[in-house]
Amino acid sequence: MRASFVFSEVLTGLRRNITMTIAMIITTAISLALLGGGLLVVRMIDKTQALYQDKVEVSIYLTDDVSSTDKECQNDPCKGLRSKLEGDPAVDSITFENRDQAFERFKQIFEAQPELVKLARPEALPASFRVKLVDPERPEVVTQAYQGQAGIDTITDQSEFLDRFFNALNGVRNMTFAVALFMAIAALLLISNTVQLSAFTRRTEVGIMRLVGATRWYTQLPFLLEAMVTGLIGALVAILGLVGLKVVFLDDVLADPINAGVVRSIDGLDILLVSPWLLLVALGISAVTGYVTLRLYVRT
Amino acid sequence: MIRLEEVSKVYKTSTRPALENISVEVDKGEFVFLIGASGSGKSTFLRLLLREEVPSKGRVYVANFDVARMARRRVPRLRQSIGCVFQDFRLLANKTVAENVAFALEVIGKPRHTIRKVVPEVLELVGLEGKAERMPHELSGGEQQRVAIARAFVNRPLMLLADEPTGNLDPDTSQDIMLLLERINRTGTTVLMATHDHSIVDSMRRRVVELDLGRVIRDDARGVYGVGR
Repeated sequence: MRASFVFSEVLTGLRRNITMTIAMIITTAISLALLGGGLLVVRMIDKTQALYQDKVEVSIYLTDDVSSTDKECQNDPCKGLRSKLEGDPAVDSITFENRDQAFERFKQIFEAQPELVKLARPEALPASFRVKLVDPERPEVVTQAYQGQAGIDTITDQSEFLDRFFNALNGVRNMTFAVALFMAIAALLLISNTVQLSAFTRRTEVGIMRLVGATRWYTQLPFLLEAMVTGLIGALVAILGLVGLKVVFLDDVLADPINAGVVRSIDGLDILLVSPWLLLVALGISAVTGYVTLRLYVRT
Repeated sequence: MIRLEEVSKVYKTSTRPALENISVEVDKGEFVFLIGASGSGKSTFLRLLLREEVPSKGRVYVANFDVARMARRRVPRLRQSIGCVFQDFRLLANKTVAENVAFALEVIGKPRHTIRKVVPEVLELVGLEGKAERMPHELSGGEQQRVAIARAFVNRPLMLLADEPTGNLDPDTSQDIMLLLERINRTGTTVLMATHDHSIVDSMRRRVVELDLGRVIRDDARGVYGVGR
């Protein structure tokens, strides 16, 4: 097979249907960019999850009674709870925080809102045990064991909040995937349409090729490659778009939470890791669509 | 070279068979006219030889191919041994004369040095030397048909099928084209030409196979178009 001949046929075909080619590149690019965006969100979730993993704590808040009378945790039930927690195999370490310490921390946290600090009284804050877990993924082991014991008011577990946070991120991911899917369908139909159009505008050539005994590969490969080249260009545009979005949007808008360590950013490496998938998906989809279209609509 | 054995062809959309129980044999190197009114089955006859259609019944042999039964992937081989010429020339308007001829070789994967050698040869054979770089629209109808014949013949097929090759040409030009087809026939290439052109058939005095409503009604070794027509 003569590569130069096939290649020149592909170029001619792309030039001839230039408007369709551009439409195809744009839809493919948007669809793939969304897919890539979704994949990047997945990576972001993974990294952020890892960030929080070792920080998940269970807070055991003590009753008002204990909080006000037992400042150093010298008496039962506080003392008993402490030794029980220290001996618990599911517990890694604990810190006791009395009412005054809690108030200090509160003041620190809400430094920026002095009017809130002014309103707060130490009496409103309970003393607590902050429990680090051996297995941060299973806080319920501890919460369930201590729920309702004497001296304990409430037990909160940060994973509840984190779950909500990650649910939101997962929602974003699912939405990008859903939109990507719809765009992919549009891209698919466009590819199919372009291949048909291309085959139609070149029906004389194809007719002659068939007549002089060109093999099916020879007659159809240019169309297939046309679809694949457009898909490839679309994927490259999508990757450039992702890099652009990262630089312009992510690094700028999310700069504060990223610097504060709330979420982990996406770096160039993440995009680099996602890119091959986008290229592969683009090539795969355009090749399969092109092939099926040729099989269904173009006589051989 | 060609052998049809009791071939019938019925199209799905038609009640009357396009060909009905036809048996025809053409030897290597023969020149045969296939005549008959529109709808008599001439086109179906040619399409069966190229395996554009498969017969509903019967066997078709071309060269050493069992055309009706061969695997699809071998069809290109069959077609490479048959050259085709049509009434409407079917040239590629955006390619030069030489490129049009070269196209037939490029798409079957012939090496470039072969193409560079044989294209000028065949253009000389059909009398188009010096017009290699012209575009089809710059040529007369007769010249365009010569390009088409050059393209059909450039791969040295065993057989040339011509479907009304003079249908769009004036009588003088038609005569030139017939001389060219005769020359090609003298190289040992079997020529099968479907035509309506009385004067050509009458003047050539070659074998005539006449079809009518899908049947062979005449097969004369040195025929004329038809008495009283």
